[in-house]
Parts: sequence; C-alpha cells; structure tokens
Amino acid sequence: MADLVKLFNITARDFAKAGESSLQIQSLLKSIGFEPDLIRRISICAYEAEMNAVMHGGDGELLLTVDPKNIVLEVSDDGPGIKDVELALREGYSTATPEHREMGFGAGMGLPNINKNADSLAINSLDGRGTHLRIKFKVGDS
Amino acid sequence: MNDIKTKTLSLTDIKDLLHAKVIVGEDKLDILVKAGTASDLMSDMLTGQNNNVVLLSGLCNVQVIRTSVIAGVAAVVLVRGKQPTPEIIAQAREHGLPLLSTPFTMFTSCGRLFSKGLRGVEEKVPTTVHSR
Repeated sequence: MADLVKLFNITARDFAKAGESSLQIQSLLKSIGFEPDLIRRISICAYEAEMNAVMHGGDGELLLTVDPKNIVLEVSDDGPGIKDVELALREGYSTATPEHREMGFGAGMGLPNINKNADSLAINSLDGRGTHLRIKFKVGDS
Repeated sequence: MNDIKTKTLSLTDIKDLLHAKVIVGEDKLDILVKAGTASDLMSDMLTGQNNNVVLLSGLCNVQVIRTSVIAGVAAVVLVRGKQPTPEIIAQAREHGLPLLSTPFTMFTSCGRLFSKGLRGVEEKVPTTVHSR
C-alpha cells in the first residue's frame, strides 16, 4: 500500500511551465523529511525526465509514488518515442534542437544522468508510440 | 592527491566584489557559499555536486532558476549586466533563490571571486587526463 500517490500533467513544448512539477516534488519530499541526498537524486531525475518529455516527447504524466521502502517516478508521454534506447543512454548523444540548446539543454546528458542517479531505471519506448520511464529509488537501507 | 583549500564567501562579499545589483534576496546576503561554478549549460548543472554553490551564468531564462533550485544552488549571478524578465524574478522570489546581476563578464567575474579565495566544486586536484 502506497503512503502517497501524486499525479502531475506534462504539456509538450510548454517551456514556460517545464520543470514546475519536479519543483513541487522536491518541495513535497523536503516537507516529508527525506535525506537531502535522496531528495537531490529524485529531484534531478524528475526534472531531467520532465524536461525530456516537454522537449522531445508529447503530452504526458508524471506519477510520484512514495511508500516506506521505495520512491518511484513514472514518467510517460505520447510523443514519438525513442528510436534507439541504447544510443539515448550514451552520454553526449542528443537529438536536441537549437531551441533546446538556447535554453541550456540538449547536451545529451538527460537519460544518462537519470540512470546514474536512480537505483533502477526501466525504459519502455517504441518508435512512434511514446515513452514510459520507471525510475526507482530505495528509501534508507531497505 | 592534493586537497583544494577553499574559502567561503558571503553573498555580501560576492555582491561587493562583482559590483552587483541584488534583484532578489536582499534579506539573504549573509548566506555563505562554499564554492563557485560558471555555466550556460543547465545540463551540466544537473550533474555533479552543485549544492550550496554560487552559479555565474550568461543564460537569462526561467530554466536557470528552476535548474538552480533542483541542483541546490545557493545563489545565481547573471553576468554582463543581464536583466531578468519579471517571470524570472517571480520564479526566484517564489523559491527564495537570491538573484544578482553583475556588469562584469563571466571570465572577469570568476577571476574576481577566485582571487578572494573562492574555489570551484572540485574537492581535490584531479588526476591529469592523458590522451590515448
């Protein structure tokens, strides 16, 4: 049974709002009182995933689930999907546009950085059929 | 490996050294920062330890604020006299993130802070990378 479940909407190409859900998640986790380093890792993953969905994906959702043992972020969008997941996980590989780069993104570090900060990452994506990320963090030593 | 000796600076020190204008956070100038970083690449700000550092940036958009809050940055200084939009100011205020603007360039700003003892985020002198 989950202690907390919270759903956030993601709107494709809405750069004015992009990242706000992740900031809410950070603030929520701080108010619950988790370890600062765990909050840092979760916030970074949420933000990278949210920015990826806004920049590359389609409309979607970010679902936060907190239970005593795990914190899980599920990020899904109905965008074009990732053509080559293995390639997308390689540092420096990027399909960013000049617009993304002007905002300071598109260095090809998003998915690799999620992979580095999460305890586990599952990517489910098919070309043309959207993307679903399941990013899991262990709480404490459990 | 050699440890890097660091000195903390307060936001008041940083404001004075950079002849900066405080846009948000006039009440937080006693905050101490342990290191500095300079970047226009927000992707880089999300990798590595940027907790409690001052960020110098030439990028002036809302993502600088959001990325800084996510990364745990203590304060943001916009270089080259860049003036933030009302949206950027509102975001900084909402998240309690001090925001300053300096007329100096990025290079000069870094140099002025470094010369007073502030160092980068590296805790040790890294091993030399040899080309293969």
